[in-house]
Amino acid sequence: MTEPSVETKQSKNKEWEPKIIAFLCNWCSYAGADLAGVSRIQDPPNIRIVRVPCSGRINAYFIIKSLTDGWDGVLVSGCHPGDCHYISGNLVARRRFAILKELLEFFGIEPGRVNFMWASAAEGMRFAVLVRKATEIVKKLGQNKKFEKKW
Amino acid sequence: MVKSMGLETENKEIENNLREIARGLLKEKKVDVIIGYMEGTLPLLSQPIIIDSEEDVEKLIWNNLCYVNLAKYLVPRVPKFVNPEKGNLTVGVISKGCVGRGLIHLASENKINLDEIKIIGIPCNGVVNRQRIEMEIGEKEILEVSVFGDNIIVKGKDFEREFPYDEYMNDLCKTCKIRKPPLVSKSLDLCVGECEEYSNIVDDFSDISEFEALTPEEKWNQITEELSVCTRCYACREACPMCYCNLCFVDQNKPVWFGKTTDLPDVFVYHLIRAMHMAGRCVACGACSLVCPMGIDLNKINRKLEKIVKERFDFTSGLDPDVLPPMVDFKLEDAQEFALEED
Repeated sequence: MTEPSVETKQSKNKEWEPKIIAFLCNWCSYAGADLAGVSRIQDPPNIRIVRVPCSGRINAYFIIKSLTDGWDGVLVSGCHPGDCHYISGNLVARRRFAILKELLEFFGIEPGRVNFMWASAAEGMRFAVLVRKATEIVKKLGQNKKFEKKW
Repeated sequence: MVKSMGLETENKEIENNLREIARGLLKEKKVDVIIGYMEGTLPLLSQPIIIDSEEDVEKLIWNNLCYVNLAKYLVPRVPKFVNPEKGNLTVGVISKGCVGRGLIHLASENKINLDEIKIIGIPCNGVVNRQRIEMEIGEKEILEVSVFGDNIIVKGKDFEREFPYDEYMNDLCKTCKIRKPPLVSKSLDLCVGECEEYSNIVDDFSDISEFEALTPEEKWNQITEELSVCTRCYACREACPMCYCNLCFVDQNKPVWFGKTTDLPDVFVYHLIRAMHMAGRCVACGACSLVCPMGIDLNKINRKLEKIVKERFDFTSGLDPDVLPPMVDFKLEDAQEFALEED
């Protein structure tokens, strides 16, 4: 029996990995994530997926609640504008996200914590690329410690 | 605003005009009740009054302490003015610019019926930042407040101080471009008194550009320092004419969305989500900041909301009841520069 090498110990806490909560719409992005999986496209394991019926279902509460609960990042993905299964759900959502994004920035939350993207069911590759990009952005920002309660 | 007249005479003139209009409306039975302002029970305060007879007209006042947004008294949460025999009453509202905007915006959200309302427009000359004066006076008791020339004079037992009005005006009033209620051309019957038609309001939002240029960390520190004294009394919500939900998101307990403590994260979330709900709806009356018992300055946030909505959707709240507010509307070609894209 060999002693555990120093290398393994190091690799165990070598690099901090962010945890990102991803709200994916059922009709496009969730299927896109599925396609990325079945196509064996490598994407970062940092995201934890929550499936929602439509990006229009995503309340600003969901996003802020995720941040206060300590998630390092939030990713929201829906159908491309104009492709919504419910005709206009993502168009309503887009206005909401636009305002939320600017407000979060104004309140002093780093702009990269919350990311938005569009990915269709046929874009497994795009999904993987954008998730990687989002993960890199959040990783650069480091841990989300702003909402830690003091006691 | 005509400055040369002096604040005192200006207020007096506005007050006389509004009394005359109110008397006329009540006499001709064009309105059944009038909501206005009356002397407060304490110095530095005013309070709302509802009158229905000509004799009470003398109780109506206008001065620079009338900061309550009277549109609040017509939102669905407040019981309606009803006469059992006549049905809904016609209500005249003494309206400075932001009260008129509030009423018109509520109409655009189908919350009030403009046919049952008369906007009695007055050319507002701003309100005083009560908290700032109180903070500078400190512990001492204020016994009398009067206006002399362009100064606010505050008297107590053993002190007397002058506050130049220009400087001690509420921050939102300093940047206000809509001092008279907007004239709704469709129903000319709606507006009496001084109303104005607005088109192409130019605003450079230079007052918040300094804050916007800070780094996220500096913004966070400043904002949390400001909010850290919040006791969650919800006075801001109660004073706001746009907060008319029967169940506010912070009162919801099935499920409990957000913590109800006064810890910083919970307070922060309350103000952030409230700001989110105010987007495209805030009429910049500043009532939220002026009723805050802790003196929290929410004006900056309100200005930012105004800016976002103006720049993104070219919308100013409360100008036209027929224009949909931005958050219930959408366009396929809305800007989406914030979405992630492949390189």
